[in-house]
Amino acid sequence: MEVPHLLVHDHDDNVGVVVVEGLKAGTEMLCVITADDSEFRLTVRDDVPIGHKVALRDLAEGEDAIKYGENIGRIVSAVPKGGHVHVHNLKTRRW
Amino acid sequence: MSADRRFWGFRRENGRVGVRNHVAILPVDDISNAACEAVANNIQGTIALPHAYGRLQFGADLDLHFRTMIGTGSNPNVAACVVIGIEPGWTQKIVDGIAETGKPVAGFAIEQHGDIETVAAASRKAKELVHAASAQLREECSLSELWIAAKCGESDTTTGLASCPAVGNLYDKLVPEGIYGVFGETTELTGAEHLCQARAATPEVGEKFLRVWQAYQDEVVLPHKTSDLSDSQPTKGNIEGGLTTIEEKALGNLEKIGKRVSYIDVLEPAEAPAAGPGLYFMDTSSAAAECVTLMAAAGYVVHLFPTGQGNIVGNPILPVIKLTGNPRTVRTMSEHIDVDVSGIIRREMTLDDAGDALIESVRETANGRLTAAEVLGHREFVMTKLYRSA
Repeated sequence: MEVPHLLVHDHDDNVGVVVVEGLKAGTEMLCVITADDSEFRLTVRDDVPIGHKVALRDLAEGEDAIKYGENIGRIVSAVPKGGHVHVHNLKTRRW
Repeated sequence: MSADRRFWGFRRENGRVGVRNHVAILPVDDISNAACEAVANNIQGTIALPHAYGRLQFGADLDLHFRTMIGTGSNPNVAACVVIGIEPGWTQKIVDGIAETGKPVAGFAIEQHGDIETVAAASRKAKELVHAASAQLREECSLSELWIAAKCGESDTTTGLASCPAVGNLYDKLVPEGIYGVFGETTELTGAEHLCQARAATPEVGEKFLRVWQAYQDEVVLPHKTSDLSDSQPTKGNIEGGLTTIEEKALGNLEKIGKRVSYIDVLEPAEAPAAGPGLYFMDTSSAAAECVTLMAAAGYVVHLFPTGQGNIVGNPILPVIKLTGNPRTVRTMSEHIDVDVSGIIRREMTLDDAGDALIESVRETANGRLTAAEVLGHREFVMTKLYRSA
């Protein structure tokens, strides 16, 4: 089985996790949804370190980020599809 | 009992099974650490458990101190115990608590004797206890007799994809066989508290969990926070590893309890489970050494520790098994990793394979094989303090 670049927990998720080291902007990633092992392709726009998240579609300011099919926080700065999602554009809704 | 479910353990006086055979030298209080360390230096085969507290505590905080001390001495991984305190009253209280297990325990108080005379007397007693403990033979036991704790640390996004679900797979397989399990980390379930509540065996237990979780938010987080707790929850290491928010961290954390088992009760910090075999939730800090110390004091004998970025914690009496799903951590911190489950994210290993590999690691560890944290000398013994001493 081909080694994936990106894993997504759930079909409802709008972010996925980079699982390879040294991923470069412009790479067409093999993405796997772990819930049922289904696959899709997505081009990453930024250099993204292993473990960090990528937007699966355009995310607008104020939207919820969804991972594990659950709300993991609020997008505070718009992210294009394939862009890096982290502390610069996603904040907790708690505390 | 199939061969892969047997191991060689130490059967204690109260019927519990231990996987280590320590003779512990336990200080009642901070100022008795020096005497305990002197005894451990004199007598090979003993281990001193120095810590920072034990004076002028009161109320629930003092109760927790005694529960942690007595629970640590009572743990089945401890064959026998010497307790040293500054005065005889609290020393005897801890000796009496440990003696309820039936194991050998002796107390020494320093006032009106001084360190030197106390160390001499305690060393003579410790020598006797080491001879007796070292003569004890392991006997055949079943994995189902084990009490197996879990807490993750320096998590990253691979923790929720690989190492925590691997622990969950082990619990899904071994809890039905009769082990005791435990998870905790109260604040670190923030964002997944609704899912955690739903995993309780009964609505009453779920409500009890939610009360404990809400109390920490109301009594500690909200009055004391100066920001959104970023840099602490998630930690700097979590953020380096790609975790952005507490909600995301919590959802990965909860993967540890698997898909099928429910927790049957909610424990106070360091409280021994009393509702029979099964999975328990314990109200603990998410700081690794504090949490593992509380779970050891509750009587757990093996600890599973999923890590992403590479938390290196150990415990003096509880073997801590590290597993990671992060290939970079496997490469850069290999000396700390007991079980590599990074094949999960490459789709070379299934969760079922990872759970089986972890069960085999538990069996080897229970047989006496030392974990990475034990070999590297990690003996973090850290008391949980509820509030300032009087």
